[in-house]
Amino acid sequence: MEAYISLFVKAVFIENLALSFFLGMCTFLAVSKKISTAMGLGIAVMVVQTLTVPANQFIYQTLLKEDALAWIGITGVDLSFLSLLSCIGMIAAIVQILEMILDKFFPALYQALGIFLPLITVNCAILAGSLFMIERDYNFGESVVYGIGSGFGWALAITVMAGVREKLKYSDIPAALQGLGITFITAGLMSLGFMAFSGIQL
Amino acid sequence: MSARDILDSIEPHFTKGGKFEKYYGLYEMVDTFIYTPSDVTRGKTHVRDGNDLKRTMTFVVIATAFCILMAFYNTGYQANLAMQTLGVETINNWRSIFMDLLGYNPYNPISCLVHGMLYFFPVYITTLAVGGVWEVLFATVRKHEVNEGFLVSSMLYTLILPPDIPLWQVALGISFGIVLGKEVFGGTGKNFLNPALTGRAFLFFAYPASISGDAVWVAVDGYSGATALSLASAGGVEAIQASFSWFQAFLGFIPGSMGETSTLACMLGAAFLLYTRVASYRIIAGVLIGMIVMSTLLNIVGSTSNPMFAMPWYWHMVVGGFAFGTVFMATDPVSAAVTDTGRWIYGCMIGVMIIIIRVINPAFPEGVMLAILFSNMFAPLIDYFVVQANIRRRIKRHA
Repeated sequence: MEAYISLFVKAVFIENLALSFFLGMCTFLAVSKKISTAMGLGIAVMVVQTLTVPANQFIYQTLLKEDALAWIGITGVDLSFLSLLSCIGMIAAIVQILEMILDKFFPALYQALGIFLPLITVNCAILAGSLFMIERDYNFGESVVYGIGSGFGWALAITVMAGVREKLKYSDIPAALQGLGITFITAGLMSLGFMAFSGIQL
Repeated sequence: MSARDILDSIEPHFTKGGKFEKYYGLYEMVDTFIYTPSDVTRGKTHVRDGNDLKRTMTFVVIATAFCILMAFYNTGYQANLAMQTLGVETINNWRSIFMDLLGYNPYNPISCLVHGMLYFFPVYITTLAVGGVWEVLFATVRKHEVNEGFLVSSMLYTLILPPDIPLWQVALGISFGIVLGKEVFGGTGKNFLNPALTGRAFLFFAYPASISGDAVWVAVDGYSGATALSLASAGGVEAIQASFSWFQAFLGFIPGSMGETSTLACMLGAAFLLYTRVASYRIIAGVLIGMIVMSTLLNIVGSTSNPMFAMPWYWHMVVGGFAFGTVFMATDPVSAAVTDTGRWIYGCMIGVMIIIIRVINPAFPEGVMLAILFSNMFAPLIDYFVVQANIRRRIKRHA
C-alpha cells in the first residue's frame, strides 16, 4: 500500500508530466485560458490516462515483451519494437470507444468532456504515460496508480496555469509578449515553483 | 532654492511637449519619492484614507528596519567570531581598510555593526543600481511610473542573500526577479510571483554553490558555518542545540542569510505591519497553523532514519527563513490570495509546504522560499474556488 501511495505522490508532484517533463504542452498552453475549461480537460486527461496506461500495460506484458508469449508456448520472441505502434493504436481506440460510450449513455458528460477527447488522442502526455510505464516495467497495480497519478498531476498543472492566466488578464503585458509568449514564461516560472519537490526520495 | 522649486522649474521639460517628455517616468519618480503627490480623486468616489501605494510600500521598508539592524550586527558578529575561532588577525580584502582601525573583536558592537555594513551595503547598492536601471528602462519605454514597490523588492532581496555572495550574481538575480518576475507582466501589482523570491530562486538553481551548503553563510574564507537547518537535517534538534540555544536562534545570532536570522526582529516588523494593516493577519496566522499542525503530525509519525521528523514546531519557527518569509514574503498582497477565506487557505498551504520541504525533501534543508513560490502559483486558483463557493452559497440563499 505504502509503495502505491509514494508512486502516486511521485507521479503527481515530483515527476509532474507538464511541469517537470514539459509533456502535453500543446493543449497545456492552448486550453488554459479559463479555469472551468481547463478543469474539464484535466478530468478528461485523467480518465483517459487511467484507462490507457493499464490497458497498454496488459498488452505489453502479455504480448509484446521479450518471452511474453510463453503462455501460448512461443519462446524467444521479442515484439517490444511494436510497443510504440500498439500504444498509439490502443490510445486512439480507447478514446474513440470512450467518446461513443459517453455520447450514447452519458450525454451530459459528453457535452462537458466530448470536445476535449479528440484533442487527447494526440496528447503526448498520454503517450508518455504509457511509454514511461513500459520503460519502468510497472506491474498492473502500479500502472493503474501511475495512470491516475500522472493524469491528476497534469490536471492539477493545467488548472493552476489557468488560474494564473485568469489573474494575468488584469496585467499589462507588453504587446510583443501577449498570448503564447507570456504563457511560456508563466509555465517556466511555474516549473521553478514545482522544483520544490525535486530531490524527494520515495 | 528648495528641492520643490527646482523640481517645479524643470517640470515643464518633462510634461507633454517638453524636451524630455520621454523621461517623465524619471521625473515623476524623484518627485513622488520626495514629496506627496498632489493628485486628488476626480469624480464622485472619494477615498476615506490617504493610504496609497506609496505609503503601503514605505511601511514595509520601515518594518524591515529591525531586520536590517540585525543584518548589520549579526553578519559582522558571525564574521568576527569565525575569525576569532580560526585565529585570523586580519582580512585580505578592501574591507580591511576600515576594519583594521576598529579591530575584529566579536564582543565589540561597533566593530560588528561596521563589519556587517561593509558586507550589506555592496550587495544592497548593486541591487538598487542594477534593479533601478531595469525599472527606469521599463518605465520609460512602457510609459508607466517607477514606484516604491521596487524599494521593497530590493530591500527584501538583499536581506535574503548570504553575505559573501559575488556581486555579479546579485546583479543577475535581481535582473531576473525584476524583469521576468515583474516587468514582463506590466510592473508592480501585475505579477503573480514575489519578485524578490523569484530572483533568489533563480540564483539558487543557477549557482547553488554560492547560495547553499555550509561555506557561504559566514563571510570569512575557509570557514564552514552550517545553518541551523543543515545541522538539523544531519543530526536533528540535538545537533542544533550542540551549537546554538533556542534563545540564540530566536534573537538571531546564528549563521544564515543576512536579514532572516532574527525571529525577534521579524516579530517586531510583523507587529508594525499588522498595526498599520499592511500585512494580513490571516496569512500570518495561517502559516503558523499550517506549520504547527504539519510538524506536530510528523513528530507523531516519526522516522528512524530522518532526524528532521522529530523537530518540534518551536524550533521550526526560529531557524531558517521561517519568520522572515512569513512576515514579509507570504503577506505580499500582490502574489497572495485576495479573499479572506482564501488567505487562511493560502497561509496554511505555505506552512504545510515549508515543513514538507524541510523534513521530507533531502535535497533542500530550507523550504520557505520554494514553499512561498509554490503557493503563489496556487493563490489565484484558491481565490477562484472561494469565489465560486460564495456564488453557490448566495444562489442557494436566494433561491
